[in-house]
Amino acid sequence: MNWLRSIILPAEGSAYARQVDDLYIAIIVICAFFFVLIAGLLSYFVWRYRRRGPDDVTPHISHNLKLELLWSIVPLIILTVLFFWGFNSYMVARVAPGEALEIQVTGKKWLWQFEYPDGMRTLNEVHVPVGKAVKFIMSSEDVIHSFYAPSFRVKMDVLPNRYTELWLQPREEGVHTLFCAEYCGRGHSDMLGKIVVDSEEKFQEWQALGDEQTRTMPLAELGALLYESKGCSSCHSLDGSRREGPSFRGVFGEMTSITGGPPVKVDENYLRESILDPQAKIVAGFEGIMPTFQGLLREREINALVEFIKSRK
Amino acid sequence: MTEVITPAAPVHRGPADLHYLNEHRGLRSWLTTVDHKRIGVMYLWSVLLAFLLGGIFAMLVRLELLTPKKTIIEADAYNQAFTLHGAIMIFLFIIPAIPAALGNFVLPLLLGAKDVAFPRLNLASYYVYVIGALFALGSMLTGGVDTGWTFYTPYSTTSNTSVSMMTMAAFILGFSSIFTGVNFIATIHKLRAPGMSWHTMPLFVWGTYATAVIQVLATPVLGITLLLLLMERVWEIGIFDPRLGGDPVLFQHFFWFYSHPAVYIMILPGMAIISEVVPTFSKKTIFGYKAIAYSSVAIAFVSFLVWGHHMFTSGQSDLATAVFSFLTFLVAIPSAIKVFNWLATMYRGSLDLKAPMLYAIMFLLLFAIGGLTGIFLGTISVDVHLHDTYFVVAHFHYVMMGGTVIAFLAGLHYWWPKMFGRMYSESWARVAAALIFIGFNMTFIPQFIMGSRGMPRRYYNYLDQFQPLHGFSTFGSWVLGLGLLIVAGYLLGSLRKRCDAPGSPWGGMTLEWTTSSPPITHNFETTPVLTHGPYDYSLPGRRA
Ligand code: HEC
Ligand SMILES: [Cu+2]
Ligand SMILES: [Cu+2]
Repeated sequence: MNWLRSIILPAEGSAYARQVDDLYIAIIVICAFFFVLIAGLLSYFVWRYRRRGPDDVTPHISHNLKLELLWSIVPLIILTVLFFWGFNSYMVARVAPGEALEIQVTGKKWLWQFEYPDGMRTLNEVHVPVGKAVKFIMSSEDVIHSFYAPSFRVKMDVLPNRYTELWLQPREEGVHTLFCAEYCGRGHSDMLGKIVVDSEEKFQEWQALGDEQTRTMPLAELGALLYESKGCSSCHSLDGSRREGPSFRGVFGEMTSITGGPPVKVDENYLRESILDPQAKIVAGFEGIMPTFQGLLREREINALVEFIKSRK
Repeated sequence: MTEVITPAAPVHRGPADLHYLNEHRGLRSWLTTVDHKRIGVMYLWSVLLAFLLGGIFAMLVRLELLTPKKTIIEADAYNQAFTLHGAIMIFLFIIPAIPAALGNFVLPLLLGAKDVAFPRLNLASYYVYVIGALFALGSMLTGGVDTGWTFYTPYSTTSNTSVSMMTMAAFILGFSSIFTGVNFIATIHKLRAPGMSWHTMPLFVWGTYATAVIQVLATPVLGITLLLLLMERVWEIGIFDPRLGGDPVLFQHFFWFYSHPAVYIMILPGMAIISEVVPTFSKKTIFGYKAIAYSSVAIAFVSFLVWGHHMFTSGQSDLATAVFSFLTFLVAIPSAIKVFNWLATMYRGSLDLKAPMLYAIMFLLLFAIGGLTGIFLGTISVDVHLHDTYFVVAHFHYVMMGGTVIAFLAGLHYWWPKMFGRMYSESWARVAAALIFIGFNMTFIPQFIMGSRGMPRRYYNYLDQFQPLHGFSTFGSWVLGLGLLIVAGYLLGSLRKRCDAPGSPWGGMTLEWTTSSPPITHNFETTPVLTHGPYDYSLPGRRA
């Protein structure tokens, strides 16, 4: 049934996903059987017992105990089996192996933050080594979100008042989408992330230097990428329109007014400060809601963003 | 149940001259009426209006989803559109549609009674409904709501849209629902025609009874929950909002404690209609009367114990999850039993494929899909993958729309001649039914696939890979909408004719068919006395 899997289910990113799919397919087969039975009987009856005239006489069949027991007990047995099967595989997903790599996840409107045991932080993109169990310990800073990685068939709500957990063990290298599955407002459908599965060496290297792109791309181009992937785009437009924050169009080199302070000239240092310590100077007419990106960006990435903003004329 | 049939009341074969629609005239006679039939009719127009409004929002949602990113509206407007679609369809349409509109009209007739037990309470329930509806409209006009119809905290306690007013609306509508429930319970206990025992009541009455019990027991919980939500928003008392020390998941428990049983408030009356339509148009006694009757009650009971299946990923304990999963499977069995019973009723029957029966057949197919896909969602590990995706959206539309709404249409076509004394065009009815069936499946089958592939629900924007399926679904919604418009066209069109419906157009055996169409104000000229069971078609001497 692999053809069926590839049509209706996303790629399997882990052995656990395979396990869930087996159950999924088993249920499809059972449902298909019952649906064909019901639809088949229905069509046959409609064809065979169509009314021929007003004098049609029908038999008086009020019930049939054997038949009724049969169609109560057979579904009961099937459903009980499915219950245990579903429960068993669920418990696998609940209990993470002890040696798992632990990553803290914070969900907030509308981005995902990850923090590794060594203190490194990333935004909307989490790198994990292939073949190793990874455990996400999650909480939210505002409303309820839900961490959903379809390729791994896992999902867990991210709550503001307690930690929830989820674990997965990727089978091969690749990139998988992370969704927010609990409705959380305007940016809900853009609260996407990436789960990047690297080989062990690549993962080590990434932890030290950032990925391929970060190291080799021209700065402005890298900045454009980061503008999207780090979530700047949800608050800053490029076309002059107002979002949560000021647009980047033509800001560089201009004077900008600051709440409770003298106007400042937008230069490289100001941009850098705005990214790393946004509360230092709040642009007049806006609220100080921009999160700090201190620790979230490597040195080259900060330069890239500055370069990118400079280039938006 | 085998004696020869002697009609208890004089059977009207032709249209009556004086009936409940024309005996009194003028707006005032309608607004102050305590006649269950008139109240039913007022409810009917009101819920149909709500259906139209909810439907417009549905079309808007589908149109926006034609392409990723913006198609016609912004994200905020989209979030409001799906919220209003859900809230209107559930609170203003589906919950009252069958019990309060059709049920109000036919329940006393089925029982051989003159009216419901508390006619004034009945009128009050209608007015409360109208007030609730006005609050809902008010909420739309003062900023709308963007929380989803589920009002999950803490989003709903912090959203600056008009949540409080919509919450009030749902709170008020709950009372209307409770009034109807109380009234029906009393009516069924007290006003059955002489000779009608619990086991010779039409099955519609059983279904309505089970529904009424849930309405009376579960709705107060919703009321209290919504009140707490209001207090949280206004006074910040700290029950649900974690910033104030509250627990947002508690809200989900409270909410689903009502809203899962509410699913059965919606589907049981639908099943009850099917239990009337199938025997009438099969001209055969219902198979397994007791199984159908008691399974309604069983569903009503177990439905209170499964709410946690909406919360498998909410962080509730694994034990709770396991128990809720198991009970969810249990509640599936009575539904399965009913489907087999209806099929068995058709076996060796004399099937007349008139419009109500077409809808009943459509119900069986669509409800089967709705029920079977529920198995995926009851199975814990599979649900974890599918929860909050389009699979769930498709599943509950198969149950709510493919089930309840289609059954409502079956009932509407079945009792339309009784209610308004007019027949409608059978050929248009066939065309419309075909379009509805095709359009419905076109709309929702792609959603099963998208959901399985990981497309989350309530998404304004989506990955490009889902565009073809979303597009197909949107086209389907147009076909579906066209089908429904045609239904509206020929039903409303029939009202322009003179009364032409016979007292018993389908040869039904329940008591409503023994009076004229439309019925006289007091329903029956003399109190009917029951001499045969509701489905004794197969006795000697019966003709279709
Ligand atoms: C949650 C919304 C939000 C996000 C995400 C966000 N910002 Fe901001 N940003 C703001 C707001 C609001 C302001 C204005 C208030 C202030 O100065 O703190 C601002 C101000 C700025 C300024 C100063 C602009 C000026 O005209 O003076 C810069 C530069 C900036 N952000 C860069 C970034 C970059 C780069 C990113 C992505 C790495 C980013 N922001 C992500 C909300 C956001
Ligand atoms: Cu979200
Ligand atoms: Cu439920």
